[in-house]
Amino acid sequence: MIGHVQTAVSLDVRGVRYAYPDGHLALAGVDLRVPRGERVALLGPNGAGKTTLVLHLNGILTPTEGTVSVGGLTASRDRAELAEVRRRVGIVFQDPDDQLFLPTVAEDVAFGPANLGLRGAELAERVDEALAAVKMSEHRDRAPHHLSFGQRRRVAVATVLAMRPEILVLDEPSSNLDPAARRELAEILRGLPVTLLMVTHDLPYAAELCERAVILDAGRIVADAPTPDILGDADLLARHRLELPYGFTPHSLPRP
Amino acid sequence: MGAGHAHVLYREAASPVHRLAPEVKIAAMVLFTLAVVATPREAFWAFGGYALLVAGVAVLARVGLRWLLLRATIELPFVLFAFALPFLGAGERVPVAGLDLSVDGLYGGWNIIAKGTLGVLASLLLAGTTTTRDLILGLDRLRCPQIITQIATFMLRYLDVLVGEARRMRVARVSRGDDPRFLWQLRGFAAGVGALFLRAFERGERVYLAMVSRGYSGRMPAVWQGAGAATAGQWLAAATVPLAAVSIAATAVVLT
Repeated sequence: MIGHVQTAVSLDVRGVRYAYPDGHLALAGVDLRVPRGERVALLGPNGAGKTTLVLHLNGILTPTEGTVSVGGLTASRDRAELAEVRRRVGIVFQDPDDQLFLPTVAEDVAFGPANLGLRGAELAERVDEALAAVKMSEHRDRAPHHLSFGQRRRVAVATVLAMRPEILVLDEPSSNLDPAARRELAEILRGLPVTLLMVTHDLPYAAELCERAVILDAGRIVADAPTPDILGDADLLARHRLELPYGFTPHSLPRP
Repeated sequence: MGAGHAHVLYREAASPVHRLAPEVKIAAMVLFTLAVVATPREAFWAFGGYALLVAGVAVLARVGLRWLLLRATIELPFVLFAFALPFLGAGERVPVAGLDLSVDGLYGGWNIIAKGTLGVLASLLLAGTTTTRDLILGLDRLRCPQIITQIATFMLRYLDVLVGEARRMRVARVSRGDDPRFLWQLRGFAAGVGALFLRAFERGERVYLAMVSRGYSGRMPAVWQGAGAATAGQWLAAATVPLAAVSIAATAVVLT
């Protein structure tokens, strides 16, 4: 295909500003580029604007200024384009009970691709594929509230994987998980062949999964570097209310 | 937490009644109840016929008499008034076991109790042989407005979540010394109900956001049809009970 340039950037956020209707400025000019296949941790204290930024990525909030493009497609108010952006950005929300709203796991995983117009065998194939990717295939007919929290979070990941997203966005993926569930989720996430943006306070988790980290504070990206460098800069972390867990030394991290 | 494992009404078994498609059972139950209600109250033999029909289905469905009667007590608060009717009724009076009772009131009370009990028993048989999920599916197939089946689906999914939240809030209240034994101590409970409403409201918003992120555009994609729809044979098999009931009702109307 001559003339068709495959864009290598999954996510391109340029100069995004956003003020809430009450005038509170949540994002004050955010620039962020994530190349395809990269795993990036989005760090920042509470109230830094992380969730607001996430809601911009799939067009739920529209920037007051600036643009967000996903895989070369810029989010606009056009319905068809918006639908495509929402397919490309898979957001896994923090509380799996918010994400899983249908009576069985399989139905919930089918919800996204069905909204894309898939039916029948094709749809079933997507569901199987997504559930297999998070190792939940044997629970497909169970009710979400009968699953453990860790299993529910994995199913929540599957619900967006079923849409074959360009980029997977996870909001606090390790919150409320026991250590084993946390490790299992990390193994699954590392094995997924997608671009990943992970919003988290869990710095060791970021170090484990993401080669690159950015810090968002007061609506701005204030640091953008390889994760070990960010975690090794104690002053930088302290300035932005980030802390390493007791006994954790970033110097022992393997360098990429 | 293990919440939501209790199926209050559904009884797992492999009977011909369980195997019937849900829409067939719903239609049969409604028609049967209508026939019962349309029967003149003086036709005692007709109600005996209905009771036999209910007993026949119960035997087929392997639902025990004890189970049925125990759950049928749900109607008691609703038929309490029926017990008062023989005392309150006007007109002709008749002495029964030393009490001076109104004939019209006796008929009225019998009418309410007989019809109510038969209706409750029929509904119990439906609920005992059909999972809640299948009930919603059946309503959907009977062209019940989607808005109603959607609300029922959400209720099915989130009832346990809400009950869990209410329970946690109560435990937290009681742990701080709240002991609402008297009416004037209900303040904490009332505030809890308010907080629960707010939580449910906020959750609703988050669920909606998560749905929109997966391409929801106002209509549920009608994909999950579960097992196949009812066959003509199933409709015929299930029609025997309501048809018998309708003929009894018709005969009763003609005879009285």
